[in-house]
Amino acid sequence: MSTYRFAGPALGSLIPLALLVAWQAVTAADLAPASMLPPPMLVVRTLVAMAINGEMASAIGITGTRLALGFLLGAAVATVLGGLCGISATARALLDPLLQSLRSVPSLAWVPLFILWLGIFESSKITLIAVGVFFPVYLNLMSGIANVDRKLIEVGRAHGYSRIRRLLQIQIPSAMPAYIVGLRGGLGLGWMFVSAAELLGASNGLGFILNDGEQTGRPERVLAAILLFGICGKITDMALAAIGARLIAWQDTATS
Amino acid sequence: MAHSVHIKGLHKTFRGRTVLGPVDCDLEPGTITVVIGRSGCGKTTLLRCLGGLEAPSSGVIRIGDGTVRRRDIGYVFQEPRLMPWLTVSRNVAFGLTDGPGSARVETVREALALVGLPNAGKLLPKELSGGMAQRVALARALAPSPALILLDEPFSALDPFTREQMQSHLLHLHRHYGTTMVMVTHDMDEALALGHRILVMRGPPGRVAGDLAPDLPQPVERTAPEFILWKRRLSELLADNAPEQPAIAPGKLVQT
Repeated sequence: MSTYRFAGPALGSLIPLALLVAWQAVTAADLAPASMLPPPMLVVRTLVAMAINGEMASAIGITGTRLALGFLLGAAVATVLGGLCGISATARALLDPLLQSLRSVPSLAWVPLFILWLGIFESSKITLIAVGVFFPVYLNLMSGIANVDRKLIEVGRAHGYSRIRRLLQIQIPSAMPAYIVGLRGGLGLGWMFVSAAELLGASNGLGFILNDGEQTGRPERVLAAILLFGICGKITDMALAAIGARLIAWQDTATS
Repeated sequence: MAHSVHIKGLHKTFRGRTVLGPVDCDLEPGTITVVIGRSGCGKTTLLRCLGGLEAPSSGVIRIGDGTVRRRDIGYVFQEPRLMPWLTVSRNVAFGLTDGPGSARVETVREALALVGLPNAGKLLPKELSGGMAQRVALARALAPSPALILLDEPFSALDPFTREQMQSHLLHLHRHYGTTMVMVTHDMDEALALGHRILVMRGPPGRVAGDLAPDLPQPVERTAPEFILWKRRLSELLADNAPEQPAIAPGKLVQT
């Protein structure tokens, strides 16, 4: 475990470093035109310039706010519906077929409808992100509650626990690992959907930098925005994973 | 206070198939009754009916004066079935609902001391050995001071050494609490070491095929000729072709 703790990050850095070296080699040998693949140092310089002139903080702040609002909305609705369908077989029979069929609708298919209903500004973007976050959270929570170990429920019954008490003290704690997996999956999809929303119509944010870089022929801005998306996504996932790990430290897993 | 148990004409049917019954017997308060039989003979179904985990298809079960709440019956399952997210102390307190917090803390402390785990309160179930976990399950069943404890092969997954230790613990706890206990097992040594009374079950459908009251001197010496004789008698009674003898026999086997 302790060996892995130190070796893990080093091992995880190997392939990105190799790719960076290969990228540098390709650009130094002029194997790809700079208009398609700029050298890594140009991307670094672009990132530094964006940090200095405040564009980076502003873009991250705007995209992060959209993501946070969409995530909170999607996760809240998914928690209510996932909890309800997990507890009640009747609610599951009523709602689950509809929600499962909506899940197979491609994310971008919602965009025209949301723009039509909610306009081109923030509401439609946040709603799109919420749709992306909703499904993994809903599915994981519902199955986590519905598929709780029957043997633990029997312990509650043997102690005379009411149905509501079994839900609060057995089913919900038992579903926490699945819920956290759902939240992490939802957050990942939230980043995907925020970039889609910003690409389709935004005048600010990280997605706008992507669009702007493409339209003005500056691939270094596109790559800088991609890097920022990746770094921000990783940081938020690590934060959520750390919170989750504290909440489910009781799990008897191979890595615990 | 220990409860008597009165069972009259008990039947249990699953999907049209009778798995238990008829069962008739009366258990004295403050005694340990061991129910022994081969796998699938209905002994666990009998225990689950007593614990309210299965509703009898017909017949009467009366525990004590008939006003017993389910929480007044302790249940120890084959596996510890501890809530993995709760510490040992909180698991032991799982069935404690009445009284102030300080009284509950004291009850938990006492129950843990009685099962020989006075310092394990802060551990999580994943940190316990199989024997320790089963002792915690025993403490959880004992903590609310139930008037009847049902034990479903509680030591079957333990190694022979730990099993004997746990049997001694159980006798010690019985002396301390004086609770009526009904224990299911398929281990003849365990039945003779613990049981004031042994019900031999055969089935399906499960029925009492033998009813013994071996009054072996305590502590039970497993190599004593008397013990070996009783074991042989029990073994004969468990054989499929043995005549059924459902009558109580204090100290000896009585033909009916």
